[in-house]
Amino acid sequence: MNRITQKFKEKAADEKLMSLFITAGYPDLESTVEIVLGMEENGADMIELGMPFSDPLADGPTIQYSSDIAIKNGITIDKIFEMVVEIRKRSEIPIILMGYMNPVLRYGVQEFCEKASRSGVDGLILPDIPVDEDEIIREHAEANNLPLIHLVAPNSSDIRMKLADSKSSGFVYCVSVTGVTGARDGKEVSDSVDRFIERVRENIIGNPVMVGFGIKSHEDAKRIASNADGFIVGSALINTIKNSYPKPEWKQDLYSLVYSLKFRN
Amino acid sequence: MQEVITKYQQPNARGYFGQYGGKFVPEILIPAVRALEEEYERASKDPSFNSQLNELLDEYVGRPTKLTFANRLTEHYGKARIYMKREDLCHTGAHKINNAIGQVLLAQRMGKKRIIAETGAGQHGVATATACAKFGLECVVYMGAEDMVRQKLNVDRMHLLGAEVRSVESGSKTLKDATNEAIRDWVTNVEDTFYIIGSVVGPHPYPMMVRNFHRVIGDETKRQIMEAEGKLPDYLIACVGGGSNAMGFFYPFIEDESVNIIGIEAAGFGVDSGKTAATLTKGTPGILHGSMSYLLHDKNGQIELAHSISAGLDYPGIGPEHSHLFDTGRVKYNAVTDDEAMEAVKLLSKKEGIIPALETAHAFAWLENLMSTTTEDQVVIVNCSGRGDKDMGTISENL
Ligand SMILES: Cc1ncc(COP(=O)(O)O)c(C=O)c1O
Repeated sequence: MNRITQKFKEKAADEKLMSLFITAGYPDLESTVEIVLGMEENGADMIELGMPFSDPLADGPTIQYSSDIAIKNGITIDKIFEMVVEIRKRSEIPIILMGYMNPVLRYGVQEFCEKASRSGVDGLILPDIPVDEDEIIREHAEANNLPLIHLVAPNSSDIRMKLADSKSSGFVYCVSVTGVTGARDGKEVSDSVDRFIERVRENIIGNPVMVGFGIKSHEDAKRIASNADGFIVGSALINTIKNSYPKPEWKQDLYSLVYSLKFRN
Repeated sequence: MQEVITKYQQPNARGYFGQYGGKFVPEILIPAVRALEEEYERASKDPSFNSQLNELLDEYVGRPTKLTFANRLTEHYGKARIYMKREDLCHTGAHKINNAIGQVLLAQRMGKKRIIAETGAGQHGVATATACAKFGLECVVYMGAEDMVRQKLNVDRMHLLGAEVRSVESGSKTLKDATNEAIRDWVTNVEDTFYIIGSVVGPHPYPMMVRNFHRVIGDETKRQIMEAEGKLPDYLIACVGGGSNAMGFFYPFIEDESVNIIGIEAAGFGVDSGKTAATLTKGTPGILHGSMSYLLHDKNGQIELAHSISAGLDYPGIGPEHSHLFDTGRVKYNAVTDDEAMEAVKLLSKKEGIIPALETAHAFAWLENLMSTTTEDQVVIVNCSGRGDKDMGTISENL
């Protein structure tokens, strides 16, 4: 069974799964494998490994920044596959690659899917591939048992939600606010999110739902994900790294945040 | 060999020109592009929309623009007769306003009160700010920090017209990055904001819609040249950044096999210099800013920084329809360097009393290569897409 599906099967009824996004190759190429394993030890249930792109148009300043640094560090898709292989020697945590289509297209869609699957990748999130365009990769993703995880947003119609459900496997990614990625004031998010998740629950019945964008604390997560199967955190982690790297305790700072996100302080 | 096109019907219902185009945008924007698609479809069939648009083009933009015979330029080369389609005479000084007016009318129909735009040379920003002033709409223009320096005059114009100009500091600080920021704004404010894209780029329906708003250039040209010469032209030449002036100029002639159509990209320092904006000449297909098209990108799929002396051509992508016309061979694409464009600015100024925009000068520069292959009974039309006032700073530095 796919590791993502397995994870949701094992989840306790009242548990919220925590999926953590970090940009591969940020803050340096050497640390990515180690911080993935460290985050798992501190409570991460799934990992979204960002494949950096020069023009990440759905991302706010934080992930633009980490992507730029990772590209300068020399990150490539092959290096990301090597990282996944290393992680797989020591962990069964579900790993989802998240990134824009152009680097994948340039790599070769078929070769990308084959190598991703062989390296131990469990799914793909491609924010600039809406369901309408996913045939650009669907055939090869399916042939390699790589679930495509689509996104829905508060302005998605019921029909679009059903469509995302039918075209996704693993889970459906619910974007809590219309906007780019980035940590926000939690209140900004929570006001409208309940109605949105309610609608998600009515329309998305074939997959678990994870909610992300703007979560930066355990309280945010509890409030925003109260009716979801779990939550996703990204920019808040990158910001924490940005603030403490390369101080000796930078990883510890990251892990403290990770632990508190899942279990509170 | 060139594919003979007798019936040209592009794009298809999904917004593809051959294999290029599409809607590669985040889910958040899908409702917006769908709504736009539907509204544009309705509006384009609505006589009242078309008559309002035509009236504005006539009374406000100053259409139809003239087709001027370039007698001294023709004499200079001593070959085919050269005409200029005078988009430089449009209100605000470039073709860009044809599209800005059309999209502002659509925004109004859709009840959107806030307009955003990206701009490179500042001509699209000025055109959009102008249309927003005319209709009393809020206007925010994203512009690369580098472009704000080299096109300062247009920044001042936008301010005067009541627009807010937001400086973009990321990446190359030029048009590509301004477009990224505009899209991020759109993702964030999608409910109340209308994004007026300035060229035949972006997700469907923009490439088709922007082309259609500019096809008035080619439609008028066809009528005017039939009147002046009693026949179709032998050559059409236009500069290509995103490709809107070119697409509007070319489109009505695509089924006319006898017309040789030439698009001119910006070679920058040279197509092999690594500092170029010659997307079709040097690029390969990829996905950027919502559509599949040719791109300048490295082997890892990271977008490369383009270079051109002309801010309006300094872009590592190109409209998807141009990619299709390039692959089929119906349109031939070439590139000219910064220096060649500067020479053309000087030549056109001295011979015809027209100081062209640096973008436009790229089209005229191709005459140096083309004219010796033509004959006296042939006709060449260059699209004079804009005037050069905005470029006087750059031009002075390079004289
Ligand atoms: C006068 C002029 N011509 C051409 C262009 C290039 O744009 P496009 O290729 O979309 O016509 C610009 C863009 O700013 C311009 O100002």
